[in-house]
Amino acid sequence: MTDAFPATLTGPTSKERKYDRQLRLWAATGQQALEDSRVLLVNSDGPLGQHSTGVSGVAGVETLKNLVLPGIGGFTIVDPATVTESDLGVNFFLEEESLGKSRAEETCRLLRELNPDVQGYHYSKRIEDLTVDPDFLPRHKLIIISGPIRRSTLAPLCWQAKQLGIPVLYLHSVGFLSTFSVQLPAEFPIVETHPDPESTQDLRLLNPWPELVAAASKLEALDTLDDHQHGHVPYILLLLHFLEQWKQTHDGSAPKNYKEKTEFREFVRGQARTSNPEGGEENFDEAVSAVLKTISPFELRSSIRDIFNMEECQQLTSASQDFWIIASAIKTFHASHGVLPLPGSLPDMKAQSADYVALQNIYKTKARQDVEEVTATVRQLESQIGRESPAILDKEIEVFCKNAAHIKVVRGRGIPQISIDSDASTLKKIRGELNSEDSLISIFIATQILDSVVDEIQSSGLENERSIDDSALWHSHTERILALLTGVDGVAVDTAAREQVGRAIKELRRAQGGELHNVSSLTGGLVAQEALKVLTRQYGPLDNTSVFDGARSRTEMYRL
Amino acid sequence: MDLDAETPGSPEAPVVDQQGRWKHLYNVLSKPGPYTDEDWAPGSETIQSLESSKILGAGGLGCEILKNLALSGFKDIHVIDMDTIDISNLNRQFLFRQADIGKPKAEVAAAFVQKRVKGVTITPFVGKIQDKDEDYYMQFKIIICGLDSIEARRWINATLISMVDMEDPESLKPLVDGGTEGTSYHPAPLKGRSNLRTGFKGQARVILPTLSSCIECQLDMHAPRPAVPLCTIATIPRQPQHCIEWAHQIAWQEKRKDDPFDSDDMEHISWVYNAAYERAQQFHIHGVTFQMTQGVVKNIIPAIASTNAVIAASTTSEVLKIASSCNPYLDNYMMYAGEEGVYTYTFEAEKKPDCPVCGNLARKMNVDPNMTLGEFIESLGERAESQLKKPSMRTEEKTLYQRFPPQLEESTRPNLKLKLAELLEDGQEIAVSDPAYTIDFRFRLNFN
Repeated sequence: MTDAFPATLTGPTSKERKYDRQLRLWAATGQQALEDSRVLLVNSDGPLGQHSTGVSGVAGVETLKNLVLPGIGGFTIVDPATVTESDLGVNFFLEEESLGKSRAEETCRLLRELNPDVQGYHYSKRIEDLTVDPDFLPRHKLIIISGPIRRSTLAPLCWQAKQLGIPVLYLHSVGFLSTFSVQLPAEFPIVETHPDPESTQDLRLLNPWPELVAAASKLEALDTLDDHQHGHVPYILLLLHFLEQWKQTHDGSAPKNYKEKTEFREFVRGQARTSNPEGGEENFDEAVSAVLKTISPFELRSSIRDIFNMEECQQLTSASQDFWIIASAIKTFHASHGVLPLPGSLPDMKAQSADYVALQNIYKTKARQDVEEVTATVRQLESQIGRESPAILDKEIEVFCKNAAHIKVVRGRGIPQISIDSDASTLKKIRGELNSEDSLISIFIATQILDSVVDEIQSSGLENERSIDDSALWHSHTERILALLTGVDGVAVDTAAREQVGRAIKELRRAQGGELHNVSSLTGGLVAQEALKVLTRQYGPLDNTSVFDGARSRTEMYRL
Repeated sequence: MDLDAETPGSPEAPVVDQQGRWKHLYNVLSKPGPYTDEDWAPGSETIQSLESSKILGAGGLGCEILKNLALSGFKDIHVIDMDTIDISNLNRQFLFRQADIGKPKAEVAAAFVQKRVKGVTITPFVGKIQDKDEDYYMQFKIIICGLDSIEARRWINATLISMVDMEDPESLKPLVDGGTEGTSYHPAPLKGRSNLRTGFKGQARVILPTLSSCIECQLDMHAPRPAVPLCTIATIPRQPQHCIEWAHQIAWQEKRKDDPFDSDDMEHISWVYNAAYERAQQFHIHGVTFQMTQGVVKNIIPAIASTNAVIAASTTSEVLKIASSCNPYLDNYMMYAGEEGVYTYTFEAEKKPDCPVCGNLARKMNVDPNMTLGEFIESLGERAESQLKKPSMRTEEKTLYQRFPPQLEESTRPNLKLKLAELLEDGQEIAVSDPAYTIDFRFRLNFN
């Protein structure tokens, strides 16, 4: 990940210095992706009645703060509200002079101060007045919507985003509670998933290639080495050497099960020299502790097999994304070799410098050969499918090969809702979760009820007569939503589950729809984290709903 | 600094419609929720007590923490931070601008938030938390820390615990701690690779001194990264990081002994980078870069605004709950990891009876009796349960090793070469002190 930085003698540029702490997470490629992105925030949908000017939109603004600082290209705030007294008590990106002015304009102005590299745009309008221009949404790489928002606004916006392949984040922050869901495109592949470095090691001890075998066979005279040399043989070569010895007494096969592996481990342990002043050898200790982890045949993870079997991988067309063309080439590689391309990295281990570097070169060379083979297949595929876009970059193929064992494809789902149009599987999942005692799903249900209440107030045209704290409204929508959940299996929602939902509603109504700064700030952090992962296409995005319970300091993730 | 400079002639703050401005907060504080205590008194009493609570914030999460406290209704906030603003802070510490580089963080942050949020007073102190004594800490209701050093955390933890007087409930100061350095739940970066530590992790915890598990009880959950052995650095480097350590620790001492190394001086870093680069070429090692050099030398941990926001807000949310009792506070640890979706784990860390700070038993430690005292002392820096860099130690009867004064150091130095078995009985207790802490650590050494 450090490759992207030139080893100049002049040191980093001022931009590299400013972004140093994040470049170490997503490198120059991730940063470029951020800088190429403009994010749309739909921060409110107009007033909620005489007593409420609507959503305060603090979580949305806090989200933008966390995106402006690391330097996204730009942002757009759409918010028809004007700044009220209560906004000043909860939103940091407003000031006394903002009172009575456009909230979109004021928050935009104060957010822009955070980073001169970021462009900011604002519209004091409702989003539906802007989407009449077909070019408006496509200017953005991500849409963030602050809820509650009327269904007649949300549904078409999510639909258009889906058609355009633009991810959507829909969030609520009310009192001590918050929820948010992400709608990703139908196929969302990720190459740089950044797995734990420990899990990415692929040392091929059970199926070494000729050059590695040759390096290990030089150890035949291990016993004749002096103590210093003996104590510095890289543990990988030790294991290969002792595996050969083991095979000779085990019908030519390597340790197969846990029992044999522990026997092999004791065998290796017994080969260490203990008559030296240290009473043991560090390289043998490393070998012993690596046995259980590394003496296993290569196995293709089922998630990768699934990707190989996906239609996009099987049926390439001239319009196929780079990801699928490379995945298909790697599938061919796996079919002919039974393994994935070698990542080529080697853990640090006790060894003389030259021996370590020589061993590292054996791994690097093999990895390079594998990349070349995959690249040749990619070029073949490109010409077979008659691809018109420019050839896939060599660098992209190399990065893919390095990460081949950890690539991921997320199948994007819509923003989950509890309504008559809901997906049956979503309702079923929610219903199932409601049976477990400590589940936070009740908070998700409560925000759905809030959405319905607000939707009814806004679409009834009775904004000035009805309040968001109208108990009759809450009661009727609670019953309606619980009935929808009952409809899944015909079994009525039991008392315990009703009480759970009741508690979530009580905590939610306590705030009368208002935000608490802490909870919105935390939620803005979580939402921004997801936005960064989606925009950089690195790490693992949420799939697809997160719930935060600030009263009990917990979160849960659900796939709804 | 003159905060009223721009409104001459109006020394009084403009009258603010408190009910209107704090409507959302007051709503929540005026109505019980499903988890509030039955005895809780909603409304003005709670609001007044919250607004009159004096809060102290310390450390690197300061920008977020000050903003959050000011918008949680607190009116009297103090902040301690010794650092000055660096260009690499601007990607997350949102109260600072390019023009502020070089100024003290505490002062710039305090002035900014006080100007933005009317009616709040923020008092900055530029310095270390260790500069202040018990009288100072006694004035606060709650202490909130976003410190980036374990040492500072252990110090404030021990100080707050020693302040507790069972006769005086006011002497018990809840400590709310947040950190983003990652935890041992997802440990094991490759040896010597500091840049693989993630910036998507953190934790928030609530500590009630003497009543709940404390920072010291939880010390082994935050194990230090194992250091690369000196012989690897000196003679058999294999990784680019080993070459950088060599340039930093060995070559600098040889070539520029009289020039104290400053990791913020670009010329110094460039020198180390060049020396490391040359050494790497000699050994045919690839991958030394300027960025990596800085990372190793300054022990840089990646950091982003969003992780800071999550951790800071979870700590300030707990402060609001403790100060107002409007909901139960965290009992007592929440860890957060954001690489794969949103993952948190909330649990109650145990109070340990053998905690050297809040327990009354000596902590057990298994040792090799053939180890010399010198080697043992060295190992205390890395052992997860001690993490003491400059320990001195004694048994009840005799001093084993004492760093200060020099006469005592000289007279105890010969012990360093002796084996533990020659100095101690199996199962004997020792008291260890370290200049970084005010208390003694008690360990019971069991021979392997």
